[in-house]
Amino acid sequence: MEFPKDFLFTEDHEYAKVEGDIAVIGVSEYAQEQLGDITYVELPQAGAKFSKGDSLGVIEAVKAASDIYSPVSGEVVEVNSDLESNPELINSDCYGKGWIIKLRLSNKEELSGLMNSEDYKSHVE
Amino acid sequence: MPYISNTEKDRQEMLKAIGVSEFKDLLKEIPDEFIFKGRLGLGKGLSELEVSRQVSNLAKMNRSTSDCVSYLGAGSYDHYIPSIVPYLISRPEFQTAYTPYQAEVSQGTLQSIYEYQSLICNLTGMDICNASMYDGASAMAEAAILACRHTRKNTILISSTVNPGWIEVVRTFTKPSGYEIEIVEVSDGTFGKKDLEKKDLSDASCIMVQNPNFFGIIEDHDGIADIIHGNKGLLVTAIDPISIGLLKKPSESGSDIVVAEGQALGLPQAFGGPYLGIFAATKPFMRKIPGRVVGVTEDVDGKRGFVLTLQTREQHIRRDKATSNICSNQALCALAAGIYLNTMGEQGLKEVAENCYRRSHYLAAGITTVDGFELKYKMPFFKEFVVKTKYDVEKVMSVMLENGIFAGISLKRFGMASDEFLVAVTEKRSREEMDDYISVLKKFKDKF
Repeated sequence: MEFPKDFLFTEDHEYAKVEGDIAVIGVSEYAQEQLGDITYVELPQAGAKFSKGDSLGVIEAVKAASDIYSPVSGEVVEVNSDLESNPELINSDCYGKGWIIKLRLSNKEELSGLMNSEDYKSHVE
Repeated sequence: MPYISNTEKDRQEMLKAIGVSEFKDLLKEIPDEFIFKGRLGLGKGLSELEVSRQVSNLAKMNRSTSDCVSYLGAGSYDHYIPSIVPYLISRPEFQTAYTPYQAEVSQGTLQSIYEYQSLICNLTGMDICNASMYDGASAMAEAAILACRHTRKNTILISSTVNPGWIEVVRTFTKPSGYEIEIVEVSDGTFGKKDLEKKDLSDASCIMVQNPNFFGIIEDHDGIADIIHGNKGLLVTAIDPISIGLLKKPSESGSDIVVAEGQALGLPQAFGGPYLGIFAATKPFMRKIPGRVVGVTEDVDGKRGFVLTLQTREQHIRRDKATSNICSNQALCALAAGIYLNTMGEQGLKEVAENCYRRSHYLAAGITTVDGFELKYKMPFFKEFVVKTKYDVEKVMSVMLENGIFAGISLKRFGMASDEFLVAVTEKRSREEMDDYISVLKKFKDKF
């Protein structure tokens, strides 16, 4: 299982990859594996604002639906609309083409509360 | 399912298996002072013969639509039910069927629901239909909740021409969620574009309308969808499914959600239930609709099969995030509606609708020839109309009933005008029956 170095993680298995003041949000490889075949992703609208821990959308797999909790606070600047027709991108490439949204960070200090890839690796194991 | 009572030996074995010595031990958590002692005041037992005699004597006190000629409507109608409907739904495979969670043993039930859904989509012009809800009123309430969640707006606009009983149900369902209901008061009996144009719709999650409306009037809904969609709200339309034999489909007026009471489709009036809540929507709401949905798929051998689908909207999967707390549907009533629609076909439904239309207009014209009775609205109507009278409505109703006629429903019952009543005419009413209505009105005028 992959735990890419420059990603930050939550206990609920979301990740944030920070580029400047933008965070790319998605779910970890462990999460997609646990969920199984993903059939639908309910995405927020660009412009929506979320606080850390808010539910920003839902991932629907064959037999379960799980909320996606925002790892940080911010405003949605872009959503991955490819997921509307190809939700399985999360299964095949969760850290790449399977990203979910991009948030403009409103409180960078929150990043220090997230786990780095090594901590997350031990959290999962 | 056979009823087999437990013997004393069975009971002892069960108690032993769970490790208690007597039944009372199971109740020991309940403080003694709360336990009822003594005998329930139920009287002595009766024999089967005595019970059946007593119950049938009670039943004889009722006057049903099979004893009288009925012109009652306001949401429940005396339409003809072809005998194939009760015959087929009485089959035990259908009548005792349980929730079809297990697709491999429920293909018949699932197929019947799938066919019902397909027929309703066809009838309403909508893309998707659920497996049914409890009744038309609760289907409308679910539509209001969907609209509020989808639009993230909290106000539900309802035309005052919608059935007032349904409005009450919407109120009951939505109040705990903090949604607000605003009734759009319509003064001329018919809701249309004019009633929305001057309104501030920024908080409106939806506008709920009914066609034909509570007063039987055929409303013109052209242009409503554009106005409400322009304000990011939804159009929810309640219909009388029978009227589709004659009127436009609700999809043509741009409805996002269509709800209906399905009782008219082969179900008896039966003192108010069980009825059938029809709920259909356009595709963008596929994952937001309440209740069960049956889909068609293929099994491993490529054979067609039916399954419950999109279950992640439902409570048993999605828990507190479910789109609704409905965990059931009205499968048997939906089956009746499916058989009814298949039996009538497009042509049959058209004939029923045309007959309702012609007959109701025949009676309406006849009533206006009686001094002291007139039509409240001079507008197109489908099978129901409002009569205004200078006489006491309750007296008119009771004199008519003495003559074996359920003449209509007083609007005073709904907190509306005390000198008006609603008359419904279905395809069942013959010319002789309607002539009789008019002659009884004329004959007993002095008694009103």
